[in-house]
Amino acid sequence: MALSKEDVVNIAHLARLAIDAKDIPEYEKNLSNILALVEQMSQVDTTQVEPMAHPLDAVQRLRPDEVTETDQREHFQSIAPATENGLYLVPKVIE
Amino acid sequence: MEWEPVIGLEIHVQLLTNSKIFSGASIAYGAPPNTQACAVDLGLPGVLPVLNKEVVRMAVKFGLAIGAKVSTRSIFARKNYFYPDLPKGYQISQYELPIVEHGHLDIELEDGTVKRIGVTRAHLEEDAGKSLHEDFHGLTGIDLNRAGTPLLEVVSEPDLRSAKEAVAYMKKMHSLVQYLEICDGNMQEGSFRCDANVSIRPKGQKAFGTRAELKNINSFRFVERAINVEIERQIDILEGGGEVIQETRLYDPDKNETRSMRTKEEANDYRYFPDPDLLPVVIEEGFIEDVKKSLPELPDEKIHRFTQDYGLNAYDASVMVANRDMAEYFDAVAQATGEPKAAANWVMGDLTGALNKSGQEINDSPVTAAMLAGMINRIKDGTLTSKTAKIVFEAMWNGEGEADQIIEAKDLKPISDTGAIEKIIDDIIAANPEQVEQYRSGKEKVFGFFVGQVMKASKGKANPQQVNELLKRKLAG
Repeated sequence: MALSKEDVVNIAHLARLAIDAKDIPEYEKNLSNILALVEQMSQVDTTQVEPMAHPLDAVQRLRPDEVTETDQREHFQSIAPATENGLYLVPKVIE
Repeated sequence: MEWEPVIGLEIHVQLLTNSKIFSGASIAYGAPPNTQACAVDLGLPGVLPVLNKEVVRMAVKFGLAIGAKVSTRSIFARKNYFYPDLPKGYQISQYELPIVEHGHLDIELEDGTVKRIGVTRAHLEEDAGKSLHEDFHGLTGIDLNRAGTPLLEVVSEPDLRSAKEAVAYMKKMHSLVQYLEICDGNMQEGSFRCDANVSIRPKGQKAFGTRAELKNINSFRFVERAINVEIERQIDILEGGGEVIQETRLYDPDKNETRSMRTKEEANDYRYFPDPDLLPVVIEEGFIEDVKKSLPELPDEKIHRFTQDYGLNAYDASVMVANRDMAEYFDAVAQATGEPKAAANWVMGDLTGALNKSGQEINDSPVTAAMLAGMINRIKDGTLTSKTAKIVFEAMWNGEGEADQIIEAKDLKPISDTGAIEKIIDDIIAANPEQVEQYRSGKEKVFGFFVGQVMKASKGKANPQQVNELLKRKLAG
C-alpha cells in the first residue's frame, strides 16, 4: 500500500510536525516502505496466535486507592512558560 | 413521512475513589487549580502510570450489576489527540478488550411495559483537565486537577427510540451507579455526564441514518430537550432534501438549539494503540466472586420486593427506589411498623413535601426513620387519628421530640372516656335542634355534619369509630 502526498501531509498534521514540502516525496517513499513491510508480515498465518498487547509476559500491578501525592504546584510551575492564579497559560485554542 | 429516532447514549461515570486512576493524587472536587496535579497527571517525562485497584473493583461491580461479561483480561490503549488540557497528547482509555462488555439495563416505558436496553461496553479511562477560556490576556488557563480522574464510559446500543426513553435509561443508570456506590451522581460537578448519538430513519427502514453526536448534556431536562431539538433539526434537513452530516454538536440550553463544533471535526483520527506503559490487566475469578458477594440489593430487586412483599403499586415502588437513601428510609419504617402502605404514604407525602420545602435531603431529615415509625405505631394502636398525626409530624419536624413526647406535651391522647364524648355529643345535639330534626325525618346526610362537629369539639382526639356509634344511638333518640 503506497501512501499519497496527501496522506503524508495528513499524518504530519495529526502528529503536529512541520515538514518541508520538498521532503514530502522522501517521506512518501520511506513510510510506504514501512507499510510494505507490514503487508509482507500480514501474509504470515497467525490464526493460532493470540494478539500480543505487550512484549513483556507479565500482568499489570495494581496500587491501593490511597492519596500519596502532595501539592507541588509551585515546583512544577517554576518551569512553565506562563502561569497565573495557579493556572498554566497556553495559547487560546477556541476562537 | 413518519420518522423514527435512533438514539444511543455514552455516559461518563466518575468513579468515587480517593485517588486518580493512574496516580496517587487526590480527586477531591473544588481544590485550588493544579494543587492536585502530580507529575503523572502532568505527563512529565519519565513517569509511569500505575492502575488503581479500586477502579478495577468498581468496574467489575458495575459489570456484574448489568449482567455483563467481565473480561478477565483487558488492555489499555492510547487515544491520540492534541488539546492543551491533555498534556500527554493522548488519553489513556480502552479500545480493544474493554473491562465490561454485553450488559443490559431494563427501563420502564410510560405505558408500563419494560424495555431492555443493551449496553455494548463499559471501559475505563482517565478524564482530561479543564480549559478556562475567560480572558487571560488572550490566553487560555489550564487546570489539570481533573486530569487523571477515573471514568467509566458506559456505551449503550442504539436501542433507544425517543428522548423520553433516553431520559429513562439515563435516570436508571444514575440510580444504579449510586446504589453500587461507585459514583456520587453529582451532575452539577460533572460526576455523571452524557453524550447522545442521535439519528433518524423512515419508520420501517432497517439501516441507520447518519448520526450527530451531542456533547456533554449535564441534566436530565437538557438531555430530553437536546435530543428533541436535534431530532427536529434532522427532520427539517431531510424533508428539505438535504443530508445530515456526521459531526459533533453542542447543545445550547439558552437558545434551545444544537450547533456544530467545527474545531474538533478534524480530530477524529485517534490512532488507538495499546499503551506500552501499561501491562494487560488480569482479573482473577476469585476477585470477581468477592465483588459479586459485595453487591447490594439492586434497584430492580428492591422494586420487586416492595411490590411483592409490601404491596406497593409499581409506580410508588419505582419512585421510592430511584433514590437509595429514600428506599432505605422507607424500608426501615415499613419494617419497624409492619405498615408499609402507611409508611409509603408518609414518606412520599408529608416527609417528601417537607424536605422539598426546606431543600434538604432525606438523610438530613429532622424526622428520622425511627421517629416516623414511632408515630405510625401510635396511629396503628389508635392513639393518633389522621388529624392528630399531622400535628405530631409537624412537631417532630420542628424538633419538639419524638411522637410519644409530643402526644404527652400537646395532650393529644384520644378521649377514650365514653362519658366525655357523650357529653360533647349531648351539647352538640342540644345546640343544633334543626339538624337533629332533619336527621330524624330521614335526611341521613346530616350525620356527617354531626361527626364533623364532634371531632372539632374534641380537637380531633375522639375516636371516630366510637363517635359514630355513640352519635347513631343518641340521634336515634
